[in-house]
Amino acid sequence: MILAVCLFGLWSAMPNFLSLEQRASMQGFLPEKAVSLGLDLKGGLYLELGVDSDAVVKSRMDSLSDQVKDIRRTERLSLRQFKVDGSVLTFNLRDVTEMDKLLPKLRPLAQVNPTLLGVAKAEIEIENDELGNVSVTLTDFGLAELKRQALAQVISVLGKRLDPEGTREMSLQPRGEDRLILQIPGVKEVQPIIDLINQQAVLTFHMVDETTTSDDIARGRVRPSAMIADEYDGETLIRKIAIEKRVMLTGENLKSASVTFDQNNKTVVGFVFDTAGGKKFADITRKNVGKRFAIKLDDRVISAPVINGPILGGSGIIQGGFTVEKATELSTLMAAGALPAKLTVMDQQLVGPDLGADNIKAGKMAIMIGFAGVIVYMVLTYGRFGLAANTALIVNVIMILGLLSILGATLTLPGIAGIVLTMGMAVDANVLVFERIREEQALGRTPMNALENGYRQALSTIFDANFTTFLAAAVLYFLGSGPIKGFAVTLSIGIVTSVFTAVVVTRLILVLWLGGKRLTKLPI
Amino acid sequence: MLRLVPENTKINFLGMRMIALAVSTMLVLASIGLYVSKDLNYGIDFKGGSSVAFELTEPVDLGHIREMLGSLNLGDTSVKEFGAPEKAMVGIELQDGDEEVQNQTIELVKSTFSAEYPDIVYLSSGSIGSTVSGELKSDGILAVSLAVFFVLLYIWFRFEWQFGLGAVIALVHDVVLTIGFFAITQLEFNLSIIAALLTIVGYSLNDTVVVYDRVRENIRRYNKLTLLEVLNLSLNQTLARTLMTSITTLIALFALFFFGGEVIKGFTAAMIWGVVIGTYSSVFIASPMLLFFNVKREQMIIHSDDSQA
Repeated sequence: MILAVCLFGLWSAMPNFLSLEQRASMQGFLPEKAVSLGLDLKGGLYLELGVDSDAVVKSRMDSLSDQVKDIRRTERLSLRQFKVDGSVLTFNLRDVTEMDKLLPKLRPLAQVNPTLLGVAKAEIEIENDELGNVSVTLTDFGLAELKRQALAQVISVLGKRLDPEGTREMSLQPRGEDRLILQIPGVKEVQPIIDLINQQAVLTFHMVDETTTSDDIARGRVRPSAMIADEYDGETLIRKIAIEKRVMLTGENLKSASVTFDQNNKTVVGFVFDTAGGKKFADITRKNVGKRFAIKLDDRVISAPVINGPILGGSGIIQGGFTVEKATELSTLMAAGALPAKLTVMDQQLVGPDLGADNIKAGKMAIMIGFAGVIVYMVLTYGRFGLAANTALIVNVIMILGLLSILGATLTLPGIAGIVLTMGMAVDANVLVFERIREEQALGRTPMNALENGYRQALSTIFDANFTTFLAAAVLYFLGSGPIKGFAVTLSIGIVTSVFTAVVVTRLILVLWLGGKRLTKLPI
Repeated sequence: MLRLVPENTKINFLGMRMIALAVSTMLVLASIGLYVSKDLNYGIDFKGGSSVAFELTEPVDLGHIREMLGSLNLGDTSVKEFGAPEKAMVGIELQDGDEEVQNQTIELVKSTFSAEYPDIVYLSSGSIGSTVSGELKSDGILAVSLAVFFVLLYIWFRFEWQFGLGAVIALVHDVVLTIGFFAITQLEFNLSIIAALLTIVGYSLNDTVVVYDRVRENIRRYNKLTLLEVLNLSLNQTLARTLMTSITTLIALFALFFFGGEVIKGFTAAMIWGVVIGTYSSVFIASPMLLFFNVKREQMIIHSDDSQA
């Protein structure tokens, strides 16, 4: 039984000692997982990102407000005094008798999501009074749901943006309701990543407002249905341009985007619409031949080409004086879709590959020297009993590695410190037992009796002492973050395995060794 | 075989309790005084800001780096060697503005250095905004307080309230002295030091519990001895183990300190100090506390659930 546990530990720790090729050749026999290394050991980028939840709420409220205005138009209702304040939309119905007509139209605006228990909870709450004042409020459930969806969308979009091939082994995890942790191994430069993260990348297609003259634009005079935007050629602002506010098509209708070259061998971004988008695009281009079409990304018009003829295939290109890098960035952004809100980098750590390698080397060195020191010292003090404790110590380290592999835990530099520290502390249980045996023997007990008593008496002490350390490690695990968590994991695993090896394994060794012999005194 | 401690020592540890108490009180007051007057050298985890570590092909001219940083007008900056003469790390205080500004600061520093030293290799860089650093600080304080609280509960449950209180006083003593250690050395106090503090709490407690366990056993066994005699006996009986474990742990820690690399030096320094203080406190603080709180023999006998006598 004891041997089985030890062998299992060895088996699961094995992959860590082998190279990748060796591991591949032994597939099926050994577990595939080795301990994964933290960013501080393999190098890479760690970012903590914040989602602007206020903006998410605002955009939901604005869209609610637009939907109510649509109802006003289709039902010819006398609605006025629209106001959005936080998560509350208020407006007034001038003719109170129309209330019965209005309310049934408002209710379907709620996005209802069934909860886990199958009970549908309302996302919005509608209230009205006899003066015709109506308020539409996002419920707490609605707010939480909105943030959850936004976070899920951010994770999906960032995944596509930063790792379109899915080969980077990056990890994106939510933290709290509006934060996420992004970890990408092997990154050397932060800026390109941040450039991809910082853009919301809302892509919209508008018609250019040809009635507004450049003179009007300079004076800031535009029709209410139009707006002034900055037109860019690559990274340079070329002019101000007036475009229709109305959105003809959005990036949501895109199926794919890629970097290609046009007939002049200039770098351009090609895109393909989905079926619905393609149909709309064909429609627009057919009706507007000779007019200009503006493609807007966030607050920049990146291209405003003239429509030369109907485009029926549902695909097109964007010419905008791009460098290959910019075109790649743009096509990645377009293909991945828009973020629900802007992201803020709250915390960033970059570890270069050199430092990572140094850390691994230093960690290995510290483990070996610490190990050797403890082993020599134990033998000097307890002789052959020390050897038994050392065997247990070796089994212990192997079991820690094995458990870390099985749990899929990440080994960080503080984690290595945890292992080294456990080695120092792991012998504690044996020290307790051995000192007790010495005492018992001094009291005049027979060798086997002293051995038995030593183990029995020390056991409750060992339990109490280790449990308290375990408590501290547990607190660290639940409150710590990142590398500290890694330290807490190795420390707690180390405590459990060290008690097992120090109490059970050494005892087995000692009993096997002393069992058949008639000793008058234990050599301790 | 090597014996650290001769058998049957009869050191009168409790006789030194007043001296120990005086020394400890002084050290605790000094630590608090240092903490208030000098404050800790917080890392960017706790105060926010940016850091860049790099390696050159030649030994780093720290003065020149300081001049270059000074010309960038980034406020309070620091420059120090990072493990080897060719390596250095610079710290830059939190810049006014949002998180984006911190990132631009790093890029500015990097581009300035790269222009001066084309062969520069960046080992690491990072920045932490004020939101996250504030959270880390409050989480850290919460973690240490929670750990101490749970310990109090556990020891109370396993022993008696006097033991719980004695252990917690010893722990607070260790934590305060470690903070004092960081105030006087001005070593960087960062997130990993919180981990070290909690590990010290665990370690010191481990030591204390071993002694307390023996005290409980001896109180039940020798009802002729006074409490003071029982405490002295228990401390002497566990002395060999106390020293043995401290030494093996210190061997491992010194290996980490000298060979474990620059990144965890602060952590190991804290641990080494903590192990020494923790060992001292379980002998000279935690045990005398039982005498001050006057543990009654009757209490221990009623609770003889796992009696071994």
